[in-house]
Amino acid sequence: MLKSIVLSAFGAGLLVGVILTGVQFLTTEPLILHGETYEQAAEAPAPAPETAPVPAMSTMAGHDHGAAAAGEAHHHDEGAWQPADGFERSAYTLLANLLMGVAVSAILLGVMTLKGDPIDARRGVLWGLGGFFAASLLPALGLAPELPGTAAAEIGSRQLWWLGTAGASAIALALVVFARFYLLKLLGVMIAIVPHVIGAPPPPTLEAAYPAALGAEFVVASLVASALLWSLAGLSSAWLYQRLSRPAG
Amino acid sequence: MNASTASSPSISSRPLAATRIAAGLAALAFGLVVFLATGFAAPSQIHNATHDTRHAFGLPCH
Repeated sequence: MLKSIVLSAFGAGLLVGVILTGVQFLTTEPLILHGETYEQAAEAPAPAPETAPVPAMSTMAGHDHGAAAAGEAHHHDEGAWQPADGFERSAYTLLANLLMGVAVSAILLGVMTLKGDPIDARRGVLWGLGGFFAASLLPALGLAPELPGTAAAEIGSRQLWWLGTAGASAIALALVVFARFYLLKLLGVMIAIVPHVIGAPPPPTLEAAYPAALGAEFVVASLVASALLWSLAGLSSAWLYQRLSRPAG
Repeated sequence: MNASTASSPSISSRPLAATRIAAGLAALAFGLVVFLATGFAAPSQIHNATHDTRHAFGLPCH
C-alpha cells in the first residue's frame, strides 16, 4: 500500500512539477524578474560600481556580488551561494517544483488514505481543491503572494503564521465538510476565522518599489499556479494510485 | 490453541485498517517533510535554489 502511494506521489509529482514549471515560465516568472529589476534599482547605490565579471564556473564558493549587475540580487545574506541567472536558476526552480509536486501529492494521498474512502481521480481533484483552499487561498488573505521587493515582517513570524493558518484551515475545512453535527461544522468555520482575527505579522510599510499593478498581476498569477499545483497533484496522484493498487489482471 | 485460532478471523480485518492508517500517516509525514524542506527551510542556499518556486506558490519568502 505504502509502495503504491510513494510511486503514485513521485509519478504525479514529476508530471505536475514539469507542467507547473511551464506555467510559471509563462506567468509568475516574468513578473518575478520584472519585480527584481525594481528591487535592484531601489537597492542600488547611486554610483554604479564597475561591473565585476562573474566567474564562469561560480558554484558552491561563488561569491558573486557581480551577479547583482547581471540580474539577481538580494538583500539577505549576500555572500551565500545562489544559482546563476538563466539556465541554472531555471533548473533549480524545476527541481523545487518537482519536489513541491511530490510533496503535495504525498500529502493528498496520505490524507485520502487516512480518510479511507476509495481513491479515484474525481475524489483526487476535490481533495486537491481542498488543499488549495486551506494551504493557499485562506493564508493568502493575511499574507498575499509577494513579488521580490515587497516590504514584509520578519520571515520566521510570517512562516509561523502561514503554517498555523494552513493547518487551522485544513482542520476547519475537514470539519465543515465531514462533520455530522452542525455545531461541529460551525466550530470549523470559527477555527478558520481565528488566524485572521489574530492577524498576520504586518509589513513595516505598504510602499513597494514596483508598480501596484505588477503586484496585483502577481497575486492572481500565483494563486492560479497554486490552484493548478494542488488540483493537478490530486487528480494525477489519485488516478495513478487507483491504477497501481488495482489487483493485476 | 483454540482461542488463538478462533480469534484469528476477527483480527484479520484489523491489520488492514492498521496498515492503511500507518501508510497514510507515513505518506502524510513524508509529504510534509518535503514540503517544509522545499518551501520553508531557512539555510540561504536552499532558499536561493527554491526562491522562484516559493514566490510562485505564495509562500513567505525573504
